[in-house]
Amino acid sequence: MSTLAAVREPELDQHEEEPVFYLVDEPVHGEGYSTMFGFWIYIMSDCLLFAALFATFGVLGANYAAGPAPKDLFDLKLVALNTTMLLLSSITYGFAMLAMQKNRVLWTEAWLVVTAFFGLCFIGIELYEFADFFREGATPQRSAFLSSFFTLVGTHGLHVTTGLIWMVTLMVQVGWYGLIEANKRRLMCLSMFWHFLDIVWIGVFTVVYLLGMLR
Amino acid sequence: MNDAHVTTHHGHGHAHGHTHAHGAVYPVATLRDYLTGFGLSVVLTAIPFWLVMSGVIENKTITAILIMLMAAVQIVVHMIYFLHMNAKAESGWTLMSLIFTVVVLAIALSGSMWIMYHLKVNMMPPTMSQMP
Repeated sequence: MSTLAAVREPELDQHEEEPVFYLVDEPVHGEGYSTMFGFWIYIMSDCLLFAALFATFGVLGANYAAGPAPKDLFDLKLVALNTTMLLLSSITYGFAMLAMQKNRVLWTEAWLVVTAFFGLCFIGIELYEFADFFREGATPQRSAFLSSFFTLVGTHGLHVTTGLIWMVTLMVQVGWYGLIEANKRRLMCLSMFWHFLDIVWIGVFTVVYLLGMLR
Repeated sequence: MNDAHVTTHHGHGHAHGHTHAHGAVYPVATLRDYLTGFGLSVVLTAIPFWLVMSGVIENKTITAILIMLMAAVQIVVHMIYFLHMNAKAESGWTLMSLIFTVVVLAIALSGSMWIMYHLKVNMMPPTMSQMP
């Protein structure tokens, strides 16, 4: 060891600067610095979950097993109403974000209430639709088409329900603590989640309902 | 304000070697963004529903292609105006992870359809009408 060091030391002296193999000053990131990107990665993984369900529906969606087909079941007027509800909730969530940027607690809460109302309407209409299908005997175990239909649309509905619970939680949080940095971050995450669910719904109404009616 | 989709609370650049603490970086939303996105979405939702409900185009393949195209456009509209996506967010890693996801998504979807279609065509027992 000592001979090695003795050999190396004169070499090092010849160089003006020693090579740096590490960051001199470690960047200090504030609280929640990487939360938004981390949540984006979660959304992307959720995309893959929905991709698997869409692929399943794509493969099985035409296997009716002599049961009801999309044309016998779907009511496009109801689906259009449902789509409107979700789209309206998207824009009202946007208004809540704009109020949040201006630090207006009351307006943020008010727009969140409106958003949650439209979200509830969406879930309500979807449950009404499902109940209608069940009355007609179109249950998940009826055919491969209905199994994949209920799995895909039901998973989306479950996501919206989770989003609604999250939204109510945040309304309470904002009510108690105000628009602190942490609450703003949480509202931004829910914003991503909520708009993402609207994007998934575009795929659902196009692939499941509209293309189903064309079949 | 209207032109910049992403500004930061602390004037944070893309370099990661600063000694001061960074706060979280949020995209700044504008009313114009949301209204533009909403307007485009309404049009891009109404047209496919109208096409299918009224059946104005006789050819179903053309209708299907049209509504799928409009869905794709609407997804991009949502990403730009509602999710405030751009190539610069998180030094481009948001976009990079999106591209990765889209590639996996395309492989999973097209691969499943392709393989299962051929499996069905080649492996299913022939029906009575196909018997010689």
